[in-house]
Amino acid sequence: MKKSKLLIFITIVMFVFLLGPFLVIIISSFSNNAVMRFPPEGFSLQWYNKVLNIEMFRTTFWMSLKTGLAATLTALILGVPVAYTNVRYRYPGKSALEIFFSSPAIVPGLVIGFSLLRFFIYVTKIPVLTGLYLGHTAILFPYTVRVVSASLRNFDRGIEEAAVSLGSSPVHAFFAVVLPNIQSGLIAAFILAFITSFNNVPVSLFLTGPGVATLPIQMLVYMEYYFDPTISALSSILIVLTIIIIQSAEKLLGISKYM
Amino acid sequence: MSFIELTNIDAGYIKGKPVLKGFNLSVEKGELVSLLGPSGCGKTTTLRTIAGFILAEKGMVGVGGKDYTNLPPNKRNIGLVFQNYALFPHLSVYENVAYGLKRRKVEKRLIPEKIEDVLKLVSLTGFEERLPAQLSGGQRQRVALARSIVIEPDLLLLDEPLSNLDAKLRDEMRAELSRLQHQLGITMIYVTHDQIEALSLSSRIIVMNEGNIEQIGTPEDIYERPETPFVARFIGFDNHLDGQFVSKSEEELVVDVNGTTLVSSRFSGSLDLVNNGDPVELYFRPDDTKLLDEEENNSIKANIDYANYQGNTTQYSLHVGESNLRAIVSGKPVPADVKSIRISIAPDKLIVEKKE
Repeated sequence: MKKSKLLIFITIVMFVFLLGPFLVIIISSFSNNAVMRFPPEGFSLQWYNKVLNIEMFRTTFWMSLKTGLAATLTALILGVPVAYTNVRYRYPGKSALEIFFSSPAIVPGLVIGFSLLRFFIYVTKIPVLTGLYLGHTAILFPYTVRVVSASLRNFDRGIEEAAVSLGSSPVHAFFAVVLPNIQSGLIAAFILAFITSFNNVPVSLFLTGPGVATLPIQMLVYMEYYFDPTISALSSILIVLTIIIIQSAEKLLGISKYM
Repeated sequence: MSFIELTNIDAGYIKGKPVLKGFNLSVEKGELVSLLGPSGCGKTTTLRTIAGFILAEKGMVGVGGKDYTNLPPNKRNIGLVFQNYALFPHLSVYENVAYGLKRRKVEKRLIPEKIEDVLKLVSLTGFEERLPAQLSGGQRQRVALARSIVIEPDLLLLDEPLSNLDAKLRDEMRAELSRLQHQLGITMIYVTHDQIEALSLSSRIIVMNEGNIEQIGTPEDIYERPETPFVARFIGFDNHLDGQFVSKSEEELVVDVNGTTLVSSRFSGSLDLVNNGDPVELYFRPDDTKLLDEEENNSIKANIDYANYQGNTTQYSLHVGESNLRAIVSGKPVPADVKSIRISIAPDKLIVEKKE
């Protein structure tokens, strides 16, 4: 009994620790005071109104959305064949290659951001926007490979062979039989990668520049100058959006088993 | 030349480490041949080599007089039935069966009729719109069968098709397979580790062990006249005794086991080479063992380890010298204070092989 009471206590502490900050942010976003205070003294929706009227947030939101979608799609298109090869075939140097492919998820984001900056700006001299897109693609790639690999591993290889024995070429079998059956894995990979991109700060920090900023970077910049609850309101919107996306994906597809 | 001809095949999963080495196999048109053996014996490798999923490193694969050796699997006209059915989960029964027809560019207007016929053949009329997840194991395997025979393959390969089904369904499906084979006259190669399946379905059985063929024969040949110790053991001659060759005539072979003389009328040609005193191995089935009250010819004394009452029969665990034996005998167990009994094996039930 004593043990389980301790366990309950630890669980509660963990929940407070994890969810507390979110609650503070959400509550303070409804404050009527121009300075962030907790608990707030009155209620207003003015900060939400303000968020929607600040043009920088709107443009950077679209930038984040576009970068996220483009990078996620690219990472998926590159990740699916890599995952397929790694799940289906044995070849020399496979485990080394697997580690290499997952390295963008292991190496600290700041290091990746900095090295990509050096490479893109000083060596290849590509435009900032292209650099941002490529950088995000690189950090998302390990996620798409991993999630797609997990769903391919759950897919019976015999089914593919059955298609081949019935006359499909291996490529046709992949599109006709494999892809439709790993759909939920693909969607899970898409959501996970997109959220990773949308939330990313360390890599974006280095790869944004004049006129090109993502929403999280813009939020950081804003906070350097203002300390009103605008950021709380914006954060609350993002929290709620994320919860809605993840929850509906889980309800519809059960994506948690791929993560 | 036979319908299916594997000549001097080297094949396996890892290059340079073939499971099959110098493997030969021929199957006639319309035959149902079983490849029987324990897991890892190379039976599935053989099947996959014929299907084309494994390309032979050496040798030739021929089907119907055509060279299949380097033909990719989708160009071979071979039907495949898998242990775990391998139905397309996202397609209905109808679409599963239609898959091969569409890939083969069968005329569109002919497809519905073909599907109707084949579903009737496997008694699945009315299930067209179901998804595989909505079917029982037996029904799924029927769909898999329908899917592979509707394309009118030259050859049907079945890889342990019944082993995921429960015992009752397995019996039903076995009968069904047998019926289909007779009805369609299709050549089938059937991989199994289940001797009953192999015995009841096949026109010929090929017993395999470690990539080699141990024996090829009719079900009766295999069951009654195993030619190697491995086949004997695999087919249920579970009891094994070591002995020494004494003498032999046309009909009878006399051996000595721990000082007891036993006579066998079942011995293979390989025993021609045996000299007096050479070691031999004796095999017999647990249910070919008789219990005796008094000493008789062809009997040997055995110690009782324990007796297990099973209603109609009693199963004894026995030992003779170092060898453990099992005997299944009708009637109740002997009283618990009886520690040893005499068992006898009829000469035609006792197989003698040269010890290898």
